[in-house]
Amino acid sequence: MSTKVHLDRAHGLLLLREMLRIRRFEGKCAELYQAQKIRGFLHLYDGQEAVSVGVMQALGPEDATVGTYREHGQAIARGVPMDLLMAEMFGKVEGCCRGRGGSMHIFDRGRRFLGGNAIVGAGMPLALGVALADRMQGRKAVTACFFGEGAADEGEFHESMNLAALWRLPVLFVCENNLYSMGTPVGIAEAETAIWHKAAGYRMGGEAVDGMDPVAVEVAARRAVERMREEGTPYLLECRTYRFRAHSMFDAQLYRAKEEIEAWRAKDPIMRLRDWLERAGHLHPGDMDRLEAEVEAEVAAAVAFAEAGTLEPVEDLERFVTMDEVPR
Amino acid sequence: MSAAPATRITYREACRQAIRAAILADPRVFLMGEDVGRYGGCYAVSKGLLEELGEARIRDTPLSESAFVGAGIGAAIAGMRPIVEVMTCNFSLLALDQIMNNAATIPHMSGGQFAVPLVLRMATGAGRQLAAQHSHSLEGWFAHIPGLRILAPATIEDARHMLAAALADPNPVLIFEHIMLYNMEGELDPAVQGVDIAKARIRRPGRDVTLVTYGGSLFKTLAAAETLAGEGIEAEVIDLRVLRPLDTAAIMASVTRTRRVVIVDEGWRSGSLSAEVAMRIVEEAFFELDAPIRRVCSREVPIPYAAHLEQAALPQPETIAAAARGLVRPAP
Repeated sequence: MSTKVHLDRAHGLLLLREMLRIRRFEGKCAELYQAQKIRGFLHLYDGQEAVSVGVMQALGPEDATVGTYREHGQAIARGVPMDLLMAEMFGKVEGCCRGRGGSMHIFDRGRRFLGGNAIVGAGMPLALGVALADRMQGRKAVTACFFGEGAADEGEFHESMNLAALWRLPVLFVCENNLYSMGTPVGIAEAETAIWHKAAGYRMGGEAVDGMDPVAVEVAARRAVERMREEGTPYLLECRTYRFRAHSMFDAQLYRAKEEIEAWRAKDPIMRLRDWLERAGHLHPGDMDRLEAEVEAEVAAAVAFAEAGTLEPVEDLERFVTMDEVPR
Repeated sequence: MSAAPATRITYREACRQAIRAAILADPRVFLMGEDVGRYGGCYAVSKGLLEELGEARIRDTPLSESAFVGAGIGAAIAGMRPIVEVMTCNFSLLALDQIMNNAATIPHMSGGQFAVPLVLRMATGAGRQLAAQHSHSLEGWFAHIPGLRILAPATIEDARHMLAAALADPNPVLIFEHIMLYNMEGELDPAVQGVDIAKARIRRPGRDVTLVTYGGSLFKTLAAAETLAGEGIEAEVIDLRVLRPLDTAAIMASVTRTRRVVIVDEGWRSGSLSAEVAMRIVEEAFFELDAPIRRVCSREVPIPYAAHLEQAALPQPETIAAAARGLVRPAP
């Protein structure tokens, strides 16, 4: 893939459409949560769509992705079908993980989407192993490892950054810095709030980009991935972003001001890209309505698929606790 | 048919041969851990392997248990067959999250999309005056976790052959090697080409009392059985070998014959593997028992440094024999 991003009409609409798919899917999830169709924890990605959509443009089918617990957007951008995702949210056996994982544990073997990890930072060592295995087996693949800035509080972040740099593992560390680990502002938890600065301590390259701009993210990710494929070295990409909604469905948001949320909403990645495409003459009258209608139809079909899904028989409860063979 | 003569080797050498053979047999297998390469392994198990097999297959890691155990899990998911050595089970606590929340959950949580064919080796147990932070026996803790297979090789044969079976298992397997066994010498029968990792074994048959044990306590228990035999008490010694899943059938069969049981476990008594074994006997063979179940476990203290205190804290042949004697010939 080239590092050059040709933001022509087709590519602009693709980015817009992908972000819209995530936004509308999750809007529906929130609604279905209120309707008690979806339970447990539900962490919405609203506001952070540009990060996943931008990064995924740099990956090919041979590459791997390790996600966080706020990973619906990462999964959708990676190409996990929305209907399998929604069925998973419903706890149905037709879900991508047969309803065993739920919102926080989306896995898709075919797309090398390796979870969905609800222990902050715990996906980072996994990403090292995947990258190591790829290299030992002669594959040119890279592994994109998503985590929030809260993961930088964890020892696993530092252990993983060190080992990746030491062993020159092709891992793209994608920090989605949304400024809050649950309700704690980054400045209360981190002595150095510019997460990408930490890369220097491991002799690793890194940079911060505007995580509200999918094009900026894509450009940076393509540049990093291209270098990684040649040199095999890891890279830390800090995407500065913001979640518009609460941490989870149980969060009263006592820790941040409405004005702050509104200020960030003005930087909404979907609105920004839409406006830019319009000004550049790439977005034609009717485009937005058509996109919205297509996405709405996809979400509606996913909900119908999930509704029509079935429950795994309880007799199968213990299936896959241990495996009879390694799936191929 | 002329059989090759049995060779006399140490437990350590058996472990080393197992690792070497596994790496030579399968390009997907590699060893990583702290000091496994240049140092030759904390207990000298992997001595010489780096020179012979190279840096790609024998990987020295930083002191980052969580990162290299997690990397082992990731590599297993992505097609390799890693052997990860955690120097001692005491340090496995630094990787517990990876073992419990990733290795043990991903197959089920992903709906069977991924297996984690990982082998984790670690030293366990007390006896070398290493004090509280280096003397834990944590295999019983790990045996609590669904999704893991827990092995405790006590014999030269198991040390030599359990690894290959563990690598062939599509699930995460944890192997606990007792530190007091590494120097043990014994005969390795070249006719034996492999062992199962599912069954317990009777290491000494007997009719009067069953002594259930595993790992480093096996030889103390056999010594106790020898003492008891001198007194006319025939003890049957069962080596569990596999701590999860437990071979309960073997335990019940023995208990049904002897009707008396002592469980010997270097782990602490409270909330322990010995408690689990005892409860299974109660659940499945209560009416076969002629006497209460007894346990000989480590005293509930952090294992101390001073030799006499350390020995007092651990199961000993005398305490095991006394427990068995008390069941067979209760004091009047």
